[in-house]
Amino acid sequence: MMGQRLVSSLLSRCLYASHRILNPLTRQERKLGLATRISQRFSTLTAIEDPVTPPVEVKYTKLLINGQFVDAASGKTFPTLDPRTGEVIAHVAEGDSVDIDCAVKAARKAFDEGPWPKMTAYERSRILFKFADLIDEHNDELAALESWDNGKPFEQSAKEEVPLLSRTIRYYAGWADKIHGLIVPGDGAHHVQVLREPIGVAGQIIPWNFPLVMFAWKVGPALACGNTVVLKPAEQTPLTALYAAALLHEAGLPDGVLNVVSGFGPTAGSALAGHMEVDKIAFTGSTGAGKIIQELAAKSNLKSVTLELGGKSPFIVMDDANVDQAVELAHSALFHNQGQCCCAGSRTFVHERVYDEFVEKAKARALKRVVGDPFKQGVEQGPQIDEEQFSKILEYITSGIDSGATLVAGGGRAGNKGFYIQPTVFSDVKDEMTIAQEEIFGPVQTILKFKNLNEVIQRANASPYGLAAGVFTNNLNNANTLMRALRVGTVWINCYNLLDAAIPFGGYKMSGIGREKGMDSLNSYLQVKAVITPLENHAWL
Amino acid sequence: MAENGNGSVKEGFEMPEIKYTKLFINGEFVDAASGKEFETRDPRTGDVIANVAEADKVDVDLAVKAAREAFDHGPWPRMSGYERGRILHKYADLIEQHIEELAALDGIDAGKLFAFGKAVDIPGAIRMLRYYASAADKIHGETLKLNGAYQGYTLKEPIGVVGVIIPWNFPSMMFFLKVSPALAAGCTVVVKPAEQTPLSALFYAKLAKEAGIPDGALNVVNGFGPTAGAALTSHMDVDNISFTGSPEIGSVIMQSAATSNLKTVSLELGGKSPMIIFDDANLDMAVGLASAAVFFNKGEICVAGSRVYVQEGIYDEFVKKVIEVAKGWVVGDPFDPKVNMGPQVDKVQYERVLKYIEYGKRDGATLLTGGKPCGEKGYYIEPTIFADVKEDMKIAQDEIFGPVMSLIKFKTIEEAIERANCTKYGLAAGILTNDINIANRVSRSVRAGTVWINCYFVFDADAPFGGFKMSGFGRDQGMNAIEKYLQVKSVITPIYNSPWL
Repeated sequence: MMGQRLVSSLLSRCLYASHRILNPLTRQERKLGLATRISQRFSTLTAIEDPVTPPVEVKYTKLLINGQFVDAASGKTFPTLDPRTGEVIAHVAEGDSVDIDCAVKAARKAFDEGPWPKMTAYERSRILFKFADLIDEHNDELAALESWDNGKPFEQSAKEEVPLLSRTIRYYAGWADKIHGLIVPGDGAHHVQVLREPIGVAGQIIPWNFPLVMFAWKVGPALACGNTVVLKPAEQTPLTALYAAALLHEAGLPDGVLNVVSGFGPTAGSALAGHMEVDKIAFTGSTGAGKIIQELAAKSNLKSVTLELGGKSPFIVMDDANVDQAVELAHSALFHNQGQCCCAGSRTFVHERVYDEFVEKAKARALKRVVGDPFKQGVEQGPQIDEEQFSKILEYITSGIDSGATLVAGGGRAGNKGFYIQPTVFSDVKDEMTIAQEEIFGPVQTILKFKNLNEVIQRANASPYGLAAGVFTNNLNNANTLMRALRVGTVWINCYNLLDAAIPFGGYKMSGIGREKGMDSLNSYLQVKAVITPLENHAWL
Repeated sequence: MAENGNGSVKEGFEMPEIKYTKLFINGEFVDAASGKEFETRDPRTGDVIANVAEADKVDVDLAVKAAREAFDHGPWPRMSGYERGRILHKYADLIEQHIEELAALDGIDAGKLFAFGKAVDIPGAIRMLRYYASAADKIHGETLKLNGAYQGYTLKEPIGVVGVIIPWNFPSMMFFLKVSPALAAGCTVVVKPAEQTPLSALFYAKLAKEAGIPDGALNVVNGFGPTAGAALTSHMDVDNISFTGSPEIGSVIMQSAATSNLKTVSLELGGKSPMIIFDDANLDMAVGLASAAVFFNKGEICVAGSRVYVQEGIYDEFVKKVIEVAKGWVVGDPFDPKVNMGPQVDKVQYERVLKYIEYGKRDGATLLTGGKPCGEKGYYIEPTIFADVKEDMKIAQDEIFGPVMSLIKFKTIEEAIERANCTKYGLAAGILTNDINIANRVSRSVRAGTVWINCYFVFDADAPFGGFKMSGFGRDQGMNAIEKYLQVKSVITPIYNSPWL
């Protein structure tokens, strides 16, 4: 992946010669249909023509409860939209608290009566391995459905994300029979065992930006540990979770072990997070919703909570950096997935010695970014997920301009249909500007200047978030100092967005609680039970 | 003893075709450099099954060279743990497609029960392989807490070329017990199967290639201990040797490692494992477990529960019942599904077991049942039980590796513990009691690598297995086994201006 990025970075260099520096827009220009005007000025984007028909049909639109696809108790449905056009893909059953109750009841029964937690771990792992094989077999269908519902480039879905789904499932399948408690030394003549038991019914609420990858991070460890699950996918992207869950049942998952209830946060999500029979809730999404979830857990049955929330992750380019490589990496750190990544490198801190060169090249790279129909080959950026996000991002762009940052690329809508936004770059960004403080969740790069290591550490840490950071330097000592000083859950040094199954991921501060992926995630889905019994005439202690 | 089938060869079973009889070096089946071959025999009849290429030092050198090259320059240690795991899972899938054929090969080559091979041995080997296939991406180094402004961490690196020497009693299980963790760790391997049972190992070599294990990463050299085995253990380019077999050979191997390149060694050797049955035990369960513990696989198992200690309160009744069980144990053709016990593996073992039965009688133990060969041809022996056995008798001290139970009466827990530990071995032990305090006390007191409480022979890929004392050192199975095939490297570098240490 790194190799590809470097190649594309090298290829892009020949285009740098012809870039032009733009003057900031006047206030008056902003008032007059800003978005379209900018769009016309930055016209390097591919034209957004008639959308390609996705090569997949929608098979599953109901709720999956106790192994059966069923309508919502209310009979209600909601439309899931194609972000390329805003048109309806399908009407999906809309779960609310009644359906959540049914799903939790099924999960409770599947946990309390089995067979899932009563099977051997090896048997559980065999089903999960089979599931992974089925995912591989249906790679392109899942990828097409994912891109259709989410708007992300099909190649990204097909070559990175669906393979990451099966890879993560295999990783946790392999853990199932390697979950070990310790035998602990007692202070006296006691034999002490620590059992690591499945926690019970896990509620899981996942976001729309990486529906299948999030499915894997949540469902993989929960099932490997022997839990049962009620999953609520995001209302924007319910389709692939239903498809994947169907494959998991085809692989032999017993009924009731994984239930999928599509629906909205305030109804289905709240019912799940506040449910008295749910033993654990795991959520990935916004910091605001994370607070509500924790509160619901606190007010109901004190279920344990894992939260993976927002970020405003710094990407720090030191003065020894190869600027071309740094630009390419910083670009993908922010623009990947339309900027809709919780770990997006959204504060690009660049050392003053390389700052001007960096800004120029970052601009050129952004202008070259190919925006268009995610089903077209070579497209790097599709539409934002929905109108709400689209408008919010445009507001942030306006706020950036208003606060005096220099708009060097993009700045508006791309095309005239759907939710496409131009790759946007701001330079001269100051720490106190809203665009440097809040999570934009869109293709908006903010470039900040710094002078020295201590200063950048302090500024990078001056954020309520602490999800991730990028460090770009070949200086070993600087890399090591930054690695320890940054108060974040992941530090990528000379790379970014490496999200291997075995690497724990999660946040400091208001980026969340707990870790997903890796061994650490197992802890979120296991209870720890200490068992103590006296020893008589012990041979040793 | 049952009338039917005892010591007889079942007619009409279709023998598997013997497809692979050469050496497997660097991804190819090749003849021995000398052109020599040896016979592998069917223990039911003593007839030759096939002639197999006989490796000597020259061939071992070639195999090690291939393994060295595959380790030093090949893709195997350089691919991700996930990729290695995927190939090993594929390998397991391929074995799964040939269960019947492989069970038959072990059946004719080792005299093992065909039905048991299909249901337990081969699936167990597959399970072992899958366990390590998914362990390949779970080998973790650690970041360290150093006493100063330093950043430290450990790397767990594959140790290099691993030599594996395995016995004939569980040809398939033993192969994967050693090969799976070594391959998962990223090592390359040279396997010397037992000369009695080379056939399934060669089949596994072929399937390894089909699964995509790179040439040279897995080599199989059939041959004898003093030639091929010695060449492997003394080889200067082999980094680790993993052996299962007798203590005598274990000692030779360790010396050979010491006088060559100080390669690391793990040994899983013999046993004289006690089965300790307390008064409160469920008697029928005790009789069943105790007889299975020593007669299973014709007693040809290192963990055989060959010393049975029974508390005095239930001793007489136990004796009565265990004789009945032994008499009902059907000896015969391992391909007959009614049969409980096949022939001993070869003439040497057969004669050795009979010799020990004579020692038992000579030393004054009471022969309760069995004690004789059975059948007209082949190496069948009756399930045999001696009572009134003392710890100083040869049959209580030495590993017989045959269906011979030594029964010993005891009074107190203390006595049972002391007598159970009165052995140079320490491989396993069985405890039968429902008293939690007895169970906990005895399980800590017995000096053995595995303790089964109210069960026996519960082997599991996740449960480490190996011996105390002269039963060897190092562990197979579990995540512990992977450690044998890894080097630990500490990496330390100064750290400046760290906000925490």
